[in-house]
Amino acid sequence: MSDTTAIANGAVDDAHHEHPPYQRHHFETVAQQFDATNFAMWLFLLTEVMFFGGLFMAYLIMRNWYYPAFVEGSHQLSIFWGTANTGVLIVSSFTMAMAVWSAQMRRKGALLGFILLTIILGTAFLGIKAIEWHEKWEKHHVPGFHWSEASFLNPQSDTEVYSEYHDKPLAPDMAAKTQQYFFLYFAMTGMHALHMVIGVGILVFLFFRARAGAYTTGHYTFVENFGLYWHFVDIIWIFLFPLLYLISRY
Amino acid sequence: MSAATIVSLPDQSTARIPKMNFLSREKGLLSWLLTGDHKRIATLYLISITFFFFVGGALAGLIRLELLTPQTSLMAADTYNKVFSMHGLIMVFFFLVPSVPATIGNFVIPMMIGAKDLALPKIKLLSWYLYVAAGIMMLYTMITGGVDTGWTFTTPLSTHYLNTHVISAGLSVFVAGFSSIFTGLNFIVTIHKMRCPGMTWFRLPLFVWSTYAASILMVLGTPVLAITLVLVVLERLFHIGVFDPAFGGDPLLFQHLFWFYSHPAVYIMILPGMAVISEVVSTFSRKRVFGYTAVAFSSVAIAVFAFFVWAHHMFIMGISNYAAMIFSLLTMLVAVPSAIKIYNWAFTLYKGSVTFETPMLYAFGFMGLFTIGGLTGVFLGSTGTDIHLTETYFIVAHFHFVMVGGMLMAFLSGIHFWWPKWTGRMYPEKLSQLAALITFIGFNFTFFPQFILGMLGMPRRYAAYPPEFQALNVFSTAGATILGVGYLLPILYLTWSLKYGEVAGNNPWQATGLEWQTQSPPLTENFPEIPIMDHEAYDYEWLEKNQQKEAAGV
Amino acid sequence: MSGPHAEAEHEPHVVSPVVYLAILGCLLAATALTVWASYIDLGEWHIAPGLTLFWNPVVALAIASTKMTLVVLFFMHVKYSTRLTKLTVGAGLFTFLVLVGMTLADYFTRAWGRW
Repeated sequence: MSDTTAIANGAVDDAHHEHPPYQRHHFETVAQQFDATNFAMWLFLLTEVMFFGGLFMAYLIMRNWYYPAFVEGSHQLSIFWGTANTGVLIVSSFTMAMAVWSAQMRRKGALLGFILLTIILGTAFLGIKAIEWHEKWEKHHVPGFHWSEASFLNPQSDTEVYSEYHDKPLAPDMAAKTQQYFFLYFAMTGMHALHMVIGVGILVFLFFRARAGAYTTGHYTFVENFGLYWHFVDIIWIFLFPLLYLISRY
Repeated sequence: MSAATIVSLPDQSTARIPKMNFLSREKGLLSWLLTGDHKRIATLYLISITFFFFVGGALAGLIRLELLTPQTSLMAADTYNKVFSMHGLIMVFFFLVPSVPATIGNFVIPMMIGAKDLALPKIKLLSWYLYVAAGIMMLYTMITGGVDTGWTFTTPLSTHYLNTHVISAGLSVFVAGFSSIFTGLNFIVTIHKMRCPGMTWFRLPLFVWSTYAASILMVLGTPVLAITLVLVVLERLFHIGVFDPAFGGDPLLFQHLFWFYSHPAVYIMILPGMAVISEVVSTFSRKRVFGYTAVAFSSVAIAVFAFFVWAHHMFIMGISNYAAMIFSLLTMLVAVPSAIKIYNWAFTLYKGSVTFETPMLYAFGFMGLFTIGGLTGVFLGSTGTDIHLTETYFIVAHFHFVMVGGMLMAFLSGIHFWWPKWTGRMYPEKLSQLAALITFIGFNFTFFPQFILGMLGMPRRYAAYPPEFQALNVFSTAGATILGVGYLLPILYLTWSLKYGEVAGNNPWQATGLEWQTQSPPLTENFPEIPIMDHEAYDYEWLEKNQQKEAAGV
Repeated sequence: MSGPHAEAEHEPHVVSPVVYLAILGCLLAATALTVWASYIDLGEWHIAPGLTLFWNPVVALAIASTKMTLVVLFFMHVKYSTRLTKLTVGAGLFTFLVLVGMTLADYFTRAWGRW
């Protein structure tokens, strides 16, 4: 059969007759739909890599130029909260992966449980972030809004941090550069937090759809693809944590 | 068969537009605004970008009017800055970047690969809505006073020293960027995952290869522009940021990040144009594109190399000499794949059976003008000459040759080529050929003098200039008037053809390619059944056999 | 690789929860390691006059990259994915490295002077 418009044997018939309700009309098979949407999510994650990449680039240059300011700025961040947040997010990645597994194994109870856990952990992350940001506000370390360089011109005035790190006072021009550090801190963690908020929002939607049984009939594409997004947000934090918190703690 | 034209139309006394097609399938505004049909979305895009083209064109007219006299006669210098900035922003982001991909690409790619639709219809519709939202934001920016940073938003001018609408302009481009990202993302997924049985990569029309390469650039490059604009907006809002030396930032950091996207952006703009030319040159020489593999790989090579050369926009800005050397060398390399394509099209013509319908006229214009534009790009890529030529009218002429003489001509070529498929009707051939000629003449009168002006030292982005440059400027403006006529004519006759054009039939150009084997306008689902691809691309023998079979069958 | 039929053979691989737990353990351990390392001065390597490499950021980034690799390969299933997916991930990393690397090429060579 060399006619171009010959019917593709089997596939079209199958598509018309055993057409699962969740298969869109322009796809020939469910597998094609899964593959295509999965690939699409990966491409979207590529755009996110390049999006955050610009921020990382800016950070690299500024840290290179103003290292002392970055060191002292990072001492203002709480290792406790930062490590806790990292742990929270990593565990949430685990629970998300388990949610995908639950959907694959068609275990609705487990799926709902893991989605709920992920929501809780994600919200916990955001809560801790709020605590940290609030602390920054209290200490006048918010550039453009509520800013004071006193902690860096005279580190001894900040007894809590000074007792741990014994920072030297920065020269006025280098002290001014701590504003760059905090600008990048808020820009990067803020952009990350925005992605978390969107993620938690979609998770809530996912929870209700899962409760209605949408993902435990063999069609778990949405859960898998959202999982990719969630893991990506985790990876961003995996890099943010050492770059912002662990610059030099010795 | 007449040698003067390959156009083969059905008998006009009996031919009718097919009753069931994507335009007639559903009626009503909502069926358009909530459509999932890639062809309808392409149509929506076509209307929108045409609108923005004329807004940008009007601004160009204002520029050329101002430049008739050496003094600032028509408007204050500040206003002139706003006019050329808005012209650049609108033309780049609202016309050139989406032009071929969002209109012709959206329309034709699923059919070319034998699919019923693009992979992600909702994303496609979202892409158009983002475009419209961005467009409204840009119009708002314009109406409330515009932005005068140039389309390049250079810092710290844009973040620190100006009081114009940088934020709304920046956010508008941000949104438009995501429109572009989603278009490209959709194409990549579709081309990988939705090809019909038998459609291997090397049987794809070269249009698909070039658009695929442009899509990669859209997906990987545009997000960097997005974050850069976010940083500019944040810096303006909070008076602290990484781009302003007053706070310890680096203006060159902005330029690195901006041009990391904006150089691939020029390839995002030109690759789809080259995509069109491959199709048109093959069809109107009745010959397979010479060196199919070379053209396919050169498209991808352009996409890859595009990411390595951005700092050639920054040679005089303060980057290190060593970096300048590396980027200059890489710029020389990126010119090679583009040249390969021109050679291959030329060799396609050789011993082909060439006819001169309107799409082909535009294609010839493209090949000549893009070559000139591209060669002048090589002059600019060499640091020694760039020092003298950069920020002069030489640059302006260079990019208008590649973008207008190249891309816009390719766009018009494509519109005329696929018009019969899109609407089911032919446009008036003689009038369109005249318009193509007028455009070509007007273009050369407008932009060639600008090369000379640049070499003589006239700076770009200045409302006033030394009086000795006036003669060439007047010449250029005169050309612009002719060019304007050349661009107005297609609007008029294409609209006319919607009602009065001859019925085109399935394949008026007797082209190969799956889209030409279905009705015009196509069905909503493109094909009654998914086709099977059993022949190579540009297989004119297969086409002839097919036509004989159909004739015998009747 | 020519159309829907070929794709149907790729059945999504189900990763066992045991693997996930193991990866979780590794990630948490790596986190502890990187915090611990930040409290120690790991010294530097004087490659050439004016060119010094500090080990702390190198170690921190190495640990973070390892964590990323584990998440990508196992949580995001890339180890069990098609070649196309692996290529896509690679392309993203590559482009990011081009952005950073070639921009740094400018910054690092500015101090070298004119010629």
